[in-house]
Amino acid sequence: MNAVIKSVAYTLTHAPDLVVHAGSTQTTERIVNPESDYLKAITGGLRPFEDVVNYAPNQTYIGGMTPAQLAEIPMPWYENGLPQASRFGKFGEIMPQQELYLLLQICDSFDLVLLETDYAAKAAEEAAKHPMLVELLARAKAGVETAVIEAAMADGAEGLYQDGKLVGCVKKAHSIDENLSAHVILENLVSKATSVISLLNLVKNSGINRADIDMVIDCSEEAVGDMNQRGGGNMAKASAEIAGFTGATGSDLRAFCAAPVHAIITAAAMVKSGTYKNVVVTAGGSTAKLGMNGKDHLKKGVPVLEDVVGGFAVLISENDGTSPEILSESVGWHSVGSGSSPQAVITALVTDPLDKLGLKITDIDKFSPEMQNPDITKPAGAGDVPASNFKMIGALAVKRGELERAQLDEFVTRHGMVGFAPTQGHIPSGVPYLGFGREDIMAGDIQRAMFIGKGSLFLGRMTNLFDGASFVVQKNSGVSPAGSVSEEQVRGLIATALRDFAKSLGGE
Amino acid sequence: MAEQYGPENVVVILGAAEGEASGIAAETVTAGDPTFAGPLTGVSLGLKVYHICEEEIKGLVDADVYEEQVGMMEMVLDLGEIATEMQSIRSQFTKF
Amino acid sequence: MSILANMKVIAIGDRDGVPGPAIEDCVKTAGGEVVFSSTECFV
Repeated sequence: MNAVIKSVAYTLTHAPDLVVHAGSTQTTERIVNPESDYLKAITGGLRPFEDVVNYAPNQTYIGGMTPAQLAEIPMPWYENGLPQASRFGKFGEIMPQQELYLLLQICDSFDLVLLETDYAAKAAEEAAKHPMLVELLARAKAGVETAVIEAAMADGAEGLYQDGKLVGCVKKAHSIDENLSAHVILENLVSKATSVISLLNLVKNSGINRADIDMVIDCSEEAVGDMNQRGGGNMAKASAEIAGFTGATGSDLRAFCAAPVHAIITAAAMVKSGTYKNVVVTAGGSTAKLGMNGKDHLKKGVPVLEDVVGGFAVLISENDGTSPEILSESVGWHSVGSGSSPQAVITALVTDPLDKLGLKITDIDKFSPEMQNPDITKPAGAGDVPASNFKMIGALAVKRGELERAQLDEFVTRHGMVGFAPTQGHIPSGVPYLGFGREDIMAGDIQRAMFIGKGSLFLGRMTNLFDGASFVVQKNSGVSPAGSVSEEQVRGLIATALRDFAKSLGGE
Repeated sequence: MAEQYGPENVVVILGAAEGEASGIAAETVTAGDPTFAGPLTGVSLGLKVYHICEEEIKGLVDADVYEEQVGMMEMVLDLGEIATEMQSIRSQFTKF
Repeated sequence: MSILANMKVIAIGDRDGVPGPAIEDCVKTAGGEVVFSSTECFV
């Protein structure tokens, strides 16, 4: 039986000082052009936490509003914030930087994260009010004097800043190994921490007993290891430990931005085969991509919108007879021989798997390709990524004679949606709609949705190939495990029996 | 690269998703880097530059190959906007 | 003079537009020689 999407969690973590000190656009600029006007101006373009919470795409990502509601708000969305929005939504939360720094320390098993005494005390006080962080407070360490932090900074540590002021640091973990440099450790700890907060939200949303989780797959984009195994891995198990998944093992799956879709396909197959009962697919976010398009944003008077680290977690479980099913028998993949032209890619990812199912493009009610927020990408000259994906899918439907050319715009509106995810690589890739898609299917608003991830493998210089994968999620067929039947089916059977009985009476 | 082959023998073909991005890329290879950040800052190469979807290029490519590689994107991209942007850049900066 | 025939071509594709290898395939049919090809990724 097919595995189901049992529960989801989505989180965003506001990290304005990490934009300045850890985002690759900014760190590169500091090397190439240290006196640049951009570096002087960037602090002025950062948003306060309230604006980040009130930002409609962020609210959509955590489930505070639907993509359809977001589409009704006029763009630019950064000018049309939602007053008094909550940092907690039904799928997750938006976390402030102070809680992130404390969580970095909680996630650090090697005494590498130092926080200044007063700052640490304040952070712990705030975290005590957080419904999930409170349980982890015992892992936090006492603060240190500023002089200790400054000494570590002189020895290669990466600073942790709040409003530009040094409040802590992440020390290097080895004297010469660049894979354990402070920069890499910070990057990995942020990825781990934002995965952990997503896992904790998933536990809350699903109500699952943590000990029942068998397997965690991390599909983020960081490499964990030292000079002898630079991508050694198992961020998954490291995060599962902090989240208290005592019965779980883990492993990492890497495939650039396509990794979340590959991971969900893998998890669904693992559950369907009976290897594991409950598999969690998780990913924390990227510090390097913070402020990636900051230059274009500032130049156009747009705030630095790439100021949050993304995260998500998805629980994939045995078929419960009600949750939407992942159709493992017909997933899409871009093969080595598929070719790189846009139509070759869309054919491999969309129509090849649909052909196996005997479905047309228009039979998929909603497509969730790369869901980048256009408020961020348009001023950066990258256009509206989800919209162009929907157009490509629609254009292929036209080429296949499943749609009239004149219906293309209508197709985009009806089968697509506005993008609402931050430009964090793997984070926007297909999965942001899993939560809403699950709800829309269970409410009967739609029958099925397709999730598409794409990856730019060529960025790693190992191949010039492109990559992608896709899967379809569909209304549960109603058959629960062990061959028993659901209530809905029983009602159907009784109705049929009664009709037959009535017919037989009428016939006599 | 342009120096190696002689700038008059080099043509740049872009595949950008929209007009503005095409414009920035085109300006970079013709007039130098408008963001004043990359390796081409201040270097005015004046190279010939076209977008793969412009009629001038489409007309030279084998029709079947073009249809297979680019055909679908013609329905997706704003061809008019891209052409306008590219013509503007060429008229301002291309030397060859 | 043709824009492409016997020219050295630099292909700068876009992941969300037309990627580098697709431009290469087109250019070759018009007699151009691709000397550099890349694909940009803005997201």
